[in-house]
Order: sequence, then structure tokens, then C-alpha cells
Amino acid sequence: MVYAAPWMLACALGGFVVLLALGRRLGEPLAGWVATAAISMAFVVAVVTWIGLLGHNNREITETLFDWLPIGSYQVKVSLLIDPLSVTMCLFVTGVSALIHLYSIAYMHKERDFTKFFVYLNLFVFSMLLLVLADNLLLTFVGWEGVGVCSYWLVAFYFDRDSAASAGKKAFVYNRIGDVGMLVAMFVLFTHLHTLTYLGIATGAATLTGTQVTIVVIALLFAAAGKSAQIPLFNWLPDAMEGPTPVSALIHAATMVTAGVYLLCRMSHLLVLTSSGRATIAVVGAATALVAATIATAQEDIKRVLAFSTVSQIGFMVLAVGSGAYAAAIFLMVAHAFFKGLLFLGAGSVIHGLDGEQDLSRMGGLRTLMAWTFATFVIGWLAIAGVPPLSGFFAKGDVLKGVWAYSKPLWAIGLVAALLTGYYMTRLFVLAFTGDPRFLKAAGGRPALHEPHESPWVMRLPLVVLAVFAAIAGLLGSRLDGFLSPVFASTHLPALSSATSAVLVTIDGVVAVCGLAIAWWLWRGRAERPELTPQFLARAWYWDDAYDAVIGRPGHALAKTSAEVIDPVVIDGAVLGVAAGARRVARQLRGLQNGYVRSYALMFAIGTALLLAYLLARTF
Amino acid sequence: MTGVLATARTVPDVLVFFASAAIILGGALGVVASKNPVHSALNLIATLIGIALAFVEQQANFLAAAQIIVYAGAIVILFLFVIMFLGVDRNESTRIEPLSGQRPLAVGAVAAVTGGLIALMAAGGWYSGATSVIAPTDPSNDVGVLGKVIFTSYLFAFEATALLLIIAVVGAVLLARRPPSSVDAGRVPVTEHDVPVGEAPS
Amino acid sequence: MTIPAAWYLIVSALLFGIGAAGVLIRRNALVMFMCIELMLNAANLALVTFARVLHDVGGQATVFFVLVVAAAEVTVGLGIVVAIFRKRHSAVVDDLHELQG
Repeated sequence: MVYAAPWMLACALGGFVVLLALGRRLGEPLAGWVATAAISMAFVVAVVTWIGLLGHNNREITETLFDWLPIGSYQVKVSLLIDPLSVTMCLFVTGVSALIHLYSIAYMHKERDFTKFFVYLNLFVFSMLLLVLADNLLLTFVGWEGVGVCSYWLVAFYFDRDSAASAGKKAFVYNRIGDVGMLVAMFVLFTHLHTLTYLGIATGAATLTGTQVTIVVIALLFAAAGKSAQIPLFNWLPDAMEGPTPVSALIHAATMVTAGVYLLCRMSHLLVLTSSGRATIAVVGAATALVAATIATAQEDIKRVLAFSTVSQIGFMVLAVGSGAYAAAIFLMVAHAFFKGLLFLGAGSVIHGLDGEQDLSRMGGLRTLMAWTFATFVIGWLAIAGVPPLSGFFAKGDVLKGVWAYSKPLWAIGLVAALLTGYYMTRLFVLAFTGDPRFLKAAGGRPALHEPHESPWVMRLPLVVLAVFAAIAGLLGSRLDGFLSPVFASTHLPALSSATSAVLVTIDGVVAVCGLAIAWWLWRGRAERPELTPQFLARAWYWDDAYDAVIGRPGHALAKTSAEVIDPVVIDGAVLGVAAGARRVARQLRGLQNGYVRSYALMFAIGTALLLAYLLARTF
Repeated sequence: MTGVLATARTVPDVLVFFASAAIILGGALGVVASKNPVHSALNLIATLIGIALAFVEQQANFLAAAQIIVYAGAIVILFLFVIMFLGVDRNESTRIEPLSGQRPLAVGAVAAVTGGLIALMAAGGWYSGATSVIAPTDPSNDVGVLGKVIFTSYLFAFEATALLLIIAVVGAVLLARRPPSSVDAGRVPVTEHDVPVGEAPS
Repeated sequence: MTIPAAWYLIVSALLFGIGAAGVLIRRNALVMFMCIELMLNAANLALVTFARVLHDVGGQATVFFVLVVAAAEVTVGLGIVVAIFRKRHSAVVDDLHELQG
């Protein structure tokens, strides 16, 4: 049963191919149902594989499909590594994807490119599964690039909007910059270990020198920063909200952005060998978590709040990885997929109901008008804030416990970020759902806004399912830890005594509730508080502007110079100059042909004289 | 000097040499410097005779005779015919030179060439090579030896030159004849029929 | 030996030079032609000199053929000069300079 894994890939790929060929003919909504069915089948196969793996006593299994690239004497194969980590990832990737596919059938209703959307979504799921199931870095890289390109297509889905097209480009370019890190890591590993498979790297890791391991780990961190939107490559994620909301939910909350964390977890055997590498990872994660959380408190667009929240939560995951709490990072990843996916879909429902309104200051009072959305959103909100007994409380708790064992200062930063998480999510909830229905003022001539409607059942069902999982996933915690532990290298962190555990858990809960309370008190009944949303935070610490000034503008100037100066003057000048020079020389030489026989005869004579001079010079 | 290869420089030989040299070079300068083409032709005859003298001095009697007969007696006469025919037998100005720098450059180049030739020859020992490759000269029978060589070793070349002469004659006739039945304005009036005195040529 | 070959060769070289100068300097086609004949004669003189000092009749045979060819060349050349004169009524070589760049 465990060998059914390739069928996951086949289902997603099959869906992609069928929709590519017949999509337009199938039309709306059949194309959407086909896509959803494909991914649902993939989910079933994932469950089957999981059960099979349990039967195999949770060992890892490598299933080779075919030989792919010969590199000298080394043969890169297309083979799948089926172990607890990849199965866990597959389960929630296919599960959440199937739900989002279902949601999209209604959300993308009457869109011009309905079938194209599902083509891209299926291709995306295929790439993500490939990324997760691959047993070697090169095949993972194929999936890595695949999700990057699908992200580009889907973010720029409304391509006739300038902002959407640029956002797509931005996402892709940032991903590609991060890919340099992945390539460098692959090069170094292959040079010294002559293997790219994860198992091979795990066994050979001890033969590398400290410097080599650190280089590889930093390079992988860079790649993960690009893919998972960490400092310094996080700017693309907020802009990627230009894509349709299901895209934001799937790619930029639940799956693609977790790929970086997945990669670092896979490399745990390398991470344990470099304390400086782990420290860097942890610091990057903590810093990102804090910075993104601060930015999220000042955003006006509902999706941008959630985007920065994603960046912050992934910062937590990265912090966990750096601290050595790999299982906790994965636990938070799973829980995050549920509640962030839920929050995004809920936001999509609100946007859909309000006919495209995304500004928080123009929402409010939706509690009775969109009851289902409201109820599920509450669960998502409480989950992410870390209120017990929902999944976020347990997941974040595990992460913070792991960080406490590694470094107290970083734990403090994590705690502050958790507080801010509760604060900004509560602000979002309050502004969007409670208070006066401010959308009526903005309604003006838009009749749809006078009667915001609840979403159809096709959109509500995924919300409910995700809400259930967001609520109960906390119970998975310890079982997940035990399930995943054989995959990771042991980190030799001191185990916490149960008393310390209890204290930390209590602090987590108190902090979460504090965040909620503060935000509730500050934002209840208010639409705007400029003193709490300074420009510095709203403009994301001017990070984008800084990049623009330091890299963007000089790059643009360089391109402009090249196009306007170097190309026409230097290069064209050289080429045309050669031609002009030839013309000039020819014109001069033409003067020799003056038509006078005697002058030609003179040239004979001069030539003869020169020849004789040469011969004379040779004899003497 | 009948067939005796004198082994020492004798005074008459030297005198003959200098005489022939003087005639040759004097005639040559005359050809170049004369304003009247007819004078140039006459100076050319002088040069040719000087050359013939030099041939005789070097025991090439047949060639000396051939030189006089062919060159001086036929070629220069032909030159004179054409000069008179074209009507250029009058003084022309040798001062005008439309090409700038032609004269000084010409003199310079020619001087360089001549000087270079002499210098090279001097450096190379004036002459070198195997003796009597084709056939040895015989000062007492230079006609015989020359004839033998021409009609045996160089027979093909001899016949070819005969052919060449025929071609040259035919070519010259074709080139120089009057264009058939065309009336060029101002053509040279060479009439075929008598023109009565007093009437303009037709 | 009687007269050294060097003397005759120097005379030949000088004659050649004068002929060359004449070709370059004179503008009348017929005089140029005569100067070319001077150059040919210089060559003949040199050949006969070599024939003498190398005791080889080949030099003299060559002079024989040069004589013949010079005759043929003069014939055809003067024919061309006459044909050109018919059109242009000028024997000045400089007047024929249309083939120029």
C-alpha cells in the first residue's frame, strides 16, 4: 500500500493534463469539479500511503520510478522518499488543496479564465507533491521551481491589472534569487559527498568540514528565505495578495511557503553539525516573526494583514527549526495550514460577499449577515491567537518550549511576537465583523453592497471542515512528535521538566488572552486609529523602498545606461565605426585610382624600389 | 678581334666600350629630353646603334646585325611613320605636368631602382651561375651556334614567335584601318583618289 | 677577360633607369613607347653580357626572341595609338583618364 505514492503524483498530473486538453470544452463548473476530484483522489492515495507506512513500522521507503540524469558516474534518479515527514506533508497538502479546489468552484464563478485557474492549481499541487516526495535535492528543486512558476501564474492571474502582473513578477524573481542558495548548496554537497539523495546526505554529513556544512546551511537558509518569505526576501508575499483569494489560501498560507521550512527540516542532519548555522536560522526566524507581526498591526487591507501574519508564523516555524525543535515546526506548519487556510478562505468569503471590498475600514457588522463565515472565522481567529484548547495554542506552545530550551532571549522575542499575533488578529476580527456596517457608507451606487450575502455551500463546506481541523488538531501534537522523530537528527536539547513546561504553557495562554483583550479594548467600535498605525509599520518598515533605492533604482539606471549609452554609442559605435573606418580608408585609397597611366607606372616604380630595398636589406 | 678571346684588357676594347656607352646613354637622354618626337626617334636610333656596337664588342655579331636591321631599320621607321601620320611631329611642351609630385617622385623612384639594381648586382658578384648550360658560345661561329640552338632547342618558341608576328600584323591592320563608311568630323584627310588642287577634300 | 661584365651591367642599369624615367615623365604616347624600347634594349644588353661571361648561347637566343616580340609589340601598340588618335585627336596619354575611382 505504501507503494501507492506515485499515484498521488499521477492524479494531480492527470488532472492537469485533462484540463489542459479538454478544459475549455468542459467549461464551468465541470472543469472545477474535475480538478477537485483529481486532488481528492490524490488525498485518498495519501491516506492509503500513510496507512501503508504505519504498517511498515514507520521506516523510510525509497521508491525509484526511473533513471533520470547521468552525471559522470552518478545517476540521478526520479525516486520518491516515503517517510513520516513526506507523508505528513502530503496529507495536509492534498487535503487542504482539495478543500480549496472545492471552494474555488464557487469563488471563481463567472471568471473569464475559470478553467485556466484549475489547470494552474492542479499543476501546482503536482509540483508541491513532487517537492515533498522527492528523495533527492535535484528532484526537489524541480518541484521547487514548479511551485514557483505556478505561483507566478496564479498571482498574475488577473494579468491585465498592472499591479497583479508586477506582483507575479516580484514573487517569481524573489523566489529565483533564493534559488541561488539552493544551487550553491547542491553544488557544495555534490562536490564533497557525490550524492544528492537525502539519505545519502544524512549518512555522509559527518564527513564534511564545519565550514562546508555552514556554507550549505546558510545557502539553504537563503533559499528557504526566498521561498518562505523570510527576511531578507519577504517583500513578495504581501504583494502576492493580488492573486485570487484561493490562491492566497493555498499557496501563500498552507503549502508553497512552507516548502522552505520543509527543506530545512529535511536537512536536519546537516543542521545539527553547525551551531552557527542554527543560530543564524533561529535569529532570522525570530526577527522575521517579530518584524512581520509589527507590520501586520498597521495594515488596512484584510488580505495584507493575513499575508504578514503568514510571514510571521513561518518565522516561528523557522525559529523552531533553528532551535532544533523540528517536530514542533512541522506541527505548527500543519496547524497553520488549517487555521491560516481557514482565515484566508473566510476573508475570501467576506470579500466575495462584499462584492470585492478588501479595506478593513469599510467592513464591519457582518456577524448576522454572514453567519457561517463569522462562526468559522472566530475559530480561525482564536486558533491563530493561541487561545486554548485550539490547535494554535498547542502548536505555538510546542514551538516556544523548544525555543526556551535553546535560547531565552529568542524565546522572549517569540513571546512578544505571539502577543502581537493575538493583537493584530483581534483587530482584524473586530474591524471586519463587529461594529457598525461601515460598508453601507461606501456602498454608494453598488447595489450588491447593500445586501452582503452568505457564500454558497460549496464555499461554506471547506470553511467548516477547516474549522473543525483547526480546532482539534491540537490533540495531534504529541502523536505527531513521536511519528516524526525518526526522521530528524537528534538535537540533544535538554528536556524540559514538567513544571517548566506547565509554566511556559500558562505564560503562552496568558499572553494570547492579553493580546486579544488589548486589541478588543483599543479597536472596539473604532474604524481607524492613526496613532496606532504609523506609516513606518504600514509601509513595512520601508523595506520595499529600501530595496528600491539600493538595488532597484541603480539597476534601472544601469539598464537605462546600457540601453541608451552603451548599446548605441559603444557597441553600435564600434561596429558602425569599423564600417565607417573602412569607408574612410576606401575613400582615401580610391584616390590612388586616378585614371592616369603614368601615375600607375609611378606606383610600379615605387613598388620596385621598395622590393629592391628589401632585397638589399636582406643581403646586408 | 676575330674570334680571339683576348685575355687582357686592351686599349681598343676599352675605347670601344666607352664609345658605345657614351652613344647609348647620350642617345637615351636625348630620347627622354627632346621636345620633338622626331628628334626622340632619331636619338633612339643612336642608342640602338650604340647597343649594336656593344653587341659586336661582346662577340654577338649576328645579334648586332639583327639589331640594326630589325630595330633601327624597321621598328624606328615604323615609329617615324606613325609620328608623321598622326601629325605630332612638332615641338610639344615638356614643361606641363598635370599630376602633382609626379616628376620628383619619378626621378626619386627611378634613381632608387637603378641604384638598388647596381648595388644588388655588386653585392651578388655581378654574375653567377653554371657556364654553358644551353650551348657554349663560339666567338668564331656565333651565327652557327645560335642558329643551331634556335632550330633545335627553341624550335617551338621560334614557331610561336612566327605565329605571333602574323597575329600582330593582322591585329595592326584591323586596329588601324579606317572605320568603314563613317565620316568623322575632322578626320585625317588621307584621300584615296586624287583631289584637284584648289578644291577642298571631300 | 676583356671588359669586365660589371661595366656593361652598369651601363645596362643606367639605360634602364633612363628609359623608366622617360616612361614616367613624358606625356606623348609615342615618346613613352620609345622609352619602353630603351628599357628592352637595356635588358638585351645585359643578356648578351651574361651570354659572354657564362659562355652560354642561351642569352643570345633570348635576345633573338626579345627582338621578335618587341617588333610585334610595337606593331600592335602603334596600331592602338592610331585608333585612339582617330577618336580623340590627341596623342597625349593623360587625356585618357576616364577609368578612375
